[in-house]
Parts: sequence; C-alpha cells; structure tokens
Amino acid sequence: MSWSAYYTTKPKLFKNLKNLKMSILVFVDARGGQIAKAGLEAIVYGKKIADKMSASVTVLTYGSVSNDTLEGLGRYGASKVLINKSITEDQDDALTSLVAEATQTENASVIIFSFDPAGKVLAPRLSARIGAGLVAGVISVPEIDGNSMTVTKNVFSGKAFAKYEISTEKKVLSLLPNSIQVNEGEGTAEVEEFSPSLPDNRIRVKELKPLGGEGIPLPEAELVVSAGRGLKGPENWGIVEELAESLGAATACSRPVSDMDWRPHHEHVGQTGIAIRPNLYIAAGISGAIQHLAGVNGSKTIVVINTDPEAPFFKAADYGVVGDAFEVLPRLKEAVEKFNAAN
Amino acid sequence: MKILVGISKAPDTTTKISFTDNNTKFNEDKVQFIVNPYDEWYALVRGLELKEKNGGTVTTITVGGTDHDPIIRKALAIGADDAVRINTEAADGYMVARQIADYAKDNGYDLILLGKETIDYNGSMVGGMTAELLDMPYVSVASKLEIEGRTAILERDVQGGIEVVEADLPLVVSCAKGMAEQRIPNMRGIMAARTKPLNVIEPSDAKGLTRVVEYNLPVEKGEVKIVDAENMDELVSLLHNEAKVI
Repeated sequence: MSWSAYYTTKPKLFKNLKNLKMSILVFVDARGGQIAKAGLEAIVYGKKIADKMSASVTVLTYGSVSNDTLEGLGRYGASKVLINKSITEDQDDALTSLVAEATQTENASVIIFSFDPAGKVLAPRLSARIGAGLVAGVISVPEIDGNSMTVTKNVFSGKAFAKYEISTEKKVLSLLPNSIQVNEGEGTAEVEEFSPSLPDNRIRVKELKPLGGEGIPLPEAELVVSAGRGLKGPENWGIVEELAESLGAATACSRPVSDMDWRPHHEHVGQTGIAIRPNLYIAAGISGAIQHLAGVNGSKTIVVINTDPEAPFFKAADYGVVGDAFEVLPRLKEAVEKFNAAN
Repeated sequence: MKILVGISKAPDTTTKISFTDNNTKFNEDKVQFIVNPYDEWYALVRGLELKEKNGGTVTTITVGGTDHDPIIRKALAIGADDAVRINTEAADGYMVARQIADYAKDNGYDLILLGKETIDYNGSMVGGMTAELLDMPYVSVASKLEIEGRTAILERDVQGGIEVVEADLPLVVSCAKGMAEQRIPNMRGIMAARTKPLNVIEPSDAKGLTRVVEYNLPVEKGEVKIVDAENMDELVSLLHNEAKVI
C-alpha cells in the first residue's frame, strides 16, 4: 500500500498522531463572558513558551464568550480554543476536571494560568491532581533544557526574585498579572466545543457584590494613583480620584488608610495587601515603609509626592515632588488634562 | 467542631532580605521570625472565634524543624488547644500540602484554615493542594467565614468583586484581611502555652516537585529626579517623553 493510500484509509490513526503533538494549554477565566487582560497575557506567555518547544497553544475557557472573541484569540498566539459552554461560573470542581481532561486530550506538557482569583484555586488543584510541579506567580519566560525548566518569580513579597526548577514531566505555571507585554499579531484560532463529563460543584454561589467604584481592577491597572495618611482623612480622597480619572488610572492606598477604613481593603497595596506592578505608580502622602514598597517595587515608574524630603520612599522613586499633596495633586491633574487635550 | 489551622514561619515584615552560599540560600542571620501574618491574624484568630462560638478544638499544624517551636508556642499562647509539628524541612508548597493532607486525612477535621499566602514564598498554593489531596471543597482568599450547623457561609475575592458562597463541611479555606482582628497573647495565654501539647510527628515520604536554584535581589533604582512642585507640566512631560508611561 502506498503511503498516501495508507493515509486515506487510516485517517483516524493519523488524527491521533496529530493529537500527540505537544501543546501548551492556557486556561483563561471568562467571568461574565469577558476575557480580561490577564487572560490575554497568559496566552501571549504561552505562545512564547510554545515557540521554544515547537509546540502549539491551546486555550481553554468556559461560559458565554462570543465566537468572534474566541477566534480572535489567534491574534495573541492561540492555535486552538476549547470552550465548555455548560459551565457558567468559575467553580473549581468542574473547572479543575475540565483542565485535567484537556491536559490529557491535548497532550499538554505545560499548563498555564493567570495568578488571578481563578488561577489561585485551579492551578494548585490541578498540580496536586496530576502531580505536576507548580510555580505560582511567575514573571519571566522559562528557560528550557530538555525536560528541565527553570522560571523566575517574586519572593519575600517583592523584595527578591527566586529562580525555580520544576522537575516533573508536566509543569504548571501561573503568571503574575502585568508581567509581560500583550502584543497583538495576526491569526485566527480554531474553536471547538469541549464537553467531557464533569463533577457537580460543591460550592454554591449566593451573591456577587461588585467592588465599589467601577473601572479597572487594581491588579490589572497600568496606571495607579495611591495615597496614604498624608491625605488626613477619607473626605479628602476627591483629589486622588480626580487625578486618577484624568489619567485613566486605578486608585490604591497604604495599609494604615485601609486599617482605619478610610478606603476599602481591596485598595490596600503592600506586603500584607496586594502586590501590583503597573507601568506608573504615583504615591502621595505615603512615607514608603519597607512593607509598602514590597507591594509596589515591581512598578516600572514610581512618582513620589511628599512634604518630607527625607521620606524613605524617595529612595525607591524615579521622580520625586517635595510638596503638599493638597496642592500638588490638583496641579498635576490640570497638567494631565492639558496634556490629554493636546494629544 | 474540629478545626485545623496551618501555621508557618516567616521573616518579620521589616527584614532586609539577603542571601548566602552563592545566592542559593536565604540568609537567616539576625532575622527575626514571626508567625506568617495571614496564618496568625486571620486563620488562627477566626478559628478561635468559631470555637468560642460553636465549641470544639483548634489544633495548629506546622511543617518544619525545632526552629519552628517558638512560633508554634506563640500560636498556642494566642489560644490554640494543641499543636502538631511535622518534623521535616519544608521543600515546596506541594510537599507541605502532602504532609498536611497525610496527617489530616485520618483525623476528621471539619475545617482546615490557612493564611491566603506566606509572606516569603507568596505562592497561595498550599490550601488548594491540600483540598485537592483530601477531596474537599476549597474557598480561596476568603474575607468572611460563618458556620451554621454543617454549612459554611463565606465571602471571597473573585475577578471584579466579592462573592458570597456556601459550602458544606468539611472544607478548606485560605484566609485574608477582613476575617478577624489580630489578637495579642496575654500573660495567662503565654504561661498556658508552655504546657499545651506540641506533638512532633515524623513526616510521610512526600517530596517536593520544585526547588529554588538561585535567588536574586532587584537592581537598585538610580537617583530620584526631583521635579519642582510648581511645575507639574514638566512632570507630565517626563512621564510622557522619558519614562514613556503616559
């Protein structure tokens, strides 16, 4: 039998062989039918790893994302998108099984999540289920040498980096949001429905309380305006919010401010709050204690506004303004508005 | 109700971090160690509050050597009834989760509480892995936890909001800010902690799946550029033309 005749008579076998090609599986959260920037980052990251391993990227998601959006994920590097439309919430029992099934059918050697609320549940569950080493909150593209992979993440709450080696055959990574640039290219992903049998969820969702102040979730924000005790009281936050609005930035605060309930807890950045790494972090009336710096020192550019020229934060800043936040913030807002009008 | 609380050791938040042995080991010299804040302030204290309300016991579990005993005694001083220490060096999050799960599986805990992450390795993974290994539901980054009968009612962080959820016990929860207020141990607690049981248990054969091969410190920032407080146009122009962030 000739090769081509064999191929046409045994298409099934070849289909299976094709499936044995290695893939990088990227789980993308699709809460509310939307794919967040952190999800796109995970796809771009997956593509960078796939290129190193001559593998292709399969994206796995769920819910009611439009077909156009799914096909469009090809522009970020996805070859294929698997979607399970019967799952409507990010519930870990069903989703962990969904990812485990896809790991097998796609012959995935690396499984990628975002280090976001969904990824913080699913990545550890998957890792323990399939016995694959997990590095959570990675910030770099891994180095790959045969079956060995090393990859870097922040440790000591942003005060240092550690390079981890993963020794298992399959590897699980969750990517810290805002760690890599999202580049949009060309391409259309092939979309397939993926409906393995899944367990019932044991967690029952009763209610969703959206965070106060709509707009950009802090961990994803590229620009952040933050303020501390120097603002003297919650009634003075208007100038912070107005500057943030002029920039299209999110707002954040220091720990004392959230402890005193001047601002909600989810705005607290620092060692015991959340760690962020925006392109621009503007801090007004924050002295810059080591615990606060730990949460923000991954920021690309830091601007510090403080009346005290000796404030330790100036040592960690790129640009400093010695002055009163009550005067500087409105002035900066005006300058930004002037810039916006001219550009 | 039987509650198990994971307690880990972490360097004090003011620690200046450095490394030894060619950047392969954390330099513990002169480092003050504390109970990981999320474990202490939120997981342990909420566990104690639930015990005070509903009755039961609070046991702490720690994976580590004898150098962990001071922080375990602190947890006992705050109010835990007894403590378990799995006598081995922690290798990675997976190994710690396996040790906790191997211990917990035969002991019938209703609730396993952990901090949302440790402030040294920040992986936020031990809770999810422990839940998976014990086949229990898991609620991650929870800021509220109430128990009614055999049902837990929780609030947790999700993308863009806070979700109110319910789950039946037994359950694993990782605890974050909002769940409880820090408790300072009093003299009576500190005295009582000396005689509370600290059971040292030999580890199971679980191994880590990852290891740190090298540590690095961030590159120091260059000199700060001071901009005149009257001249915010200049700052905007620097952010646009030089830093290229707006």
